[in-house]
Amino acid sequence: MAEVIKIATRDSYGDALVELGAKYDDLIVLDADLAKATKTEKFMKAYPERFFDCGIAEANMMGVAAGLATTGKLVFASTFAMFAAGRAFEIVRNSIGYPHLNVKIGATHAGISVGEDGASHQCNEDIALMRSIPGMTVINPADDIEAKAAVAAALEHKGPVYMRFGRLATPVFNDKATYKFELGKGIQLKDGNDITIIATGLMVNEALIAAKELEEKGISARVINIHTIKPIDRDIIVKAAKETNLILTVEEHSVIGGLGSAVADVVTEEYPIRVVKIGVNDTFGMSGPAADLLKKFGLSAENIVKKAEEAISAK
Amino acid sequence: MEATLKKQLQINACKIRMGVIEGVFNAKSGHPGGSLSISDLLAYLYTVQLNIDPKNPQMPDRDRLVLSKGHCAPGLYSALALRGFFSADELKKLRHIDAMLQGHPDMTGTPGVDMSTGSLGQGISAACGMALSAKISNDPYKVYAILGDGELQEGQVWEAAMLSAHLKLDNLIAIVDNNGLQIDGKVTEICSPKPIDEKFLAFGWHVILINAHDFDQIENAFNEASKVEDKPVAIIQCSVKGKGVSFMENNVNWHGAAPNEEQYNQAMSELKATLAELEGK
Repeated sequence: MAEVIKIATRDSYGDALVELGAKYDDLIVLDADLAKATKTEKFMKAYPERFFDCGIAEANMMGVAAGLATTGKLVFASTFAMFAAGRAFEIVRNSIGYPHLNVKIGATHAGISVGEDGASHQCNEDIALMRSIPGMTVINPADDIEAKAAVAAALEHKGPVYMRFGRLATPVFNDKATYKFELGKGIQLKDGNDITIIATGLMVNEALIAAKELEEKGISARVINIHTIKPIDRDIIVKAAKETNLILTVEEHSVIGGLGSAVADVVTEEYPIRVVKIGVNDTFGMSGPAADLLKKFGLSAENIVKKAEEAISAK
Repeated sequence: MEATLKKQLQINACKIRMGVIEGVFNAKSGHPGGSLSISDLLAYLYTVQLNIDPKNPQMPDRDRLVLSKGHCAPGLYSALALRGFFSADELKKLRHIDAMLQGHPDMTGTPGVDMSTGSLGQGISAACGMALSAKISNDPYKVYAILGDGELQEGQVWEAAMLSAHLKLDNLIAIVDNNGLQIDGKVTEICSPKPIDEKFLAFGWHVILINAHDFDQIENAFNEASKVEDKPVAIIQCSVKGKGVSFMENNVNWHGAAPNEEQYNQAMSELKATLAELEGK
């Protein structure tokens, strides 16, 4: 078996910025004293004249990004998800979202896998917050290859984009040679008839592992990767609802307002079937090693198998 | 200042005030007090100072104006209409459904509005970003931001003040309209932002203090601002809230209230009398 390569998507973000910086002279990167952690430091080293550290002032950074965007600059504003989506929410909403400005928000350290820093820094609410803003595109890539493609696609897209990246190094499972990112399109990674597992971010790989285990138990699980949570791919969801009659969503985010809610919205409107959600259950996180936390909060292949089996037996 | 220019500015300021009253009366809501306190400033900016073209509102090298105290949109709209960005008829539709002129400035729908504002403290950050953009690309334009004194209570203002000085944005000019009143009362009694001048000085800005209703002082302030290097400039103008309409002056109740028909008639007749006197009729 080939060795599994693990890369944190925050690194992919930093690398993608450097690559795109060479192509686009107008690409400007902002950070709020977290360049080492968000990996925008890579861009800062490559293009110091186009990198601005705004200091520990995320609200102002988002406003500055908006101002830069009004003049045609391609702006990436970066900080932790907690501060980008949480602390600066109203500035993102009013100064970026309302005028539909071309600002790309690179939010790293999303979810419980932040690890030891604990609940104050583990943002499980960002998808819910960002997808509530009219016209905001929300992307949650699953691995290094998808993350890099997502940054490039975000740049091509005209309008505000929220991109969610992780701190934890996670397996690279997409095939670079064949991978294609299409904004707003889900990707069916495996076909199946008994249940559809719809996952996003680092849970996509866990969903694939779970599907393999389910297969061994005689359960045919379809696996769909939703990298763009808004606008969501309605067709792929409705098709799955019709063909498998059961959906299990998996995300490293609160079960309130995230992928599960977005999927349930589509299903209840178009083809009501049961949607079971795996995510962080209306609770705050805690300190601990990321891998252990993911297990503790049920964000694992093991729990996906368990919930899938439960849901199927209740069918 | 040359006498004919001063007369023209006084006339324009009076017309801007009339537009404010017209707009707020027809909207049956809005913010006349703070719009009237910046009417002289707006007259100066839109008559003399700003490099803009009403026929080409998106001109790349235009000067930018961000109304950070966005609730004073009636003043901005009236100034834009007077300058020819759109018809003055639009003022009568202010705040109406599907109208161009929203309750607070909307850059996507109103020609001449450079930034959507309304949530206090945010415009100055956007202005900082615009000024930074000009520095990055060596563009010649300047960025003007108008803030309220009450608005200074928003922490984001000081985040922006810190960064603008740090980045040496001498193409950024913030005008603080110090009319002394906010919705709930006197700014000094709610949560005093004073001393405003010393705060901006401490943040590394060049500070100029003026009387908001004296065009000689306004002209001198912008001339001084244009010579400042390596620092953003704060022009702190001591103003009268409700200026130009006797019963609105220094009365906090006119922060965000519309005149009834009787009050509208009185305000307009006062302003018409002022205009007639200025025009020598």
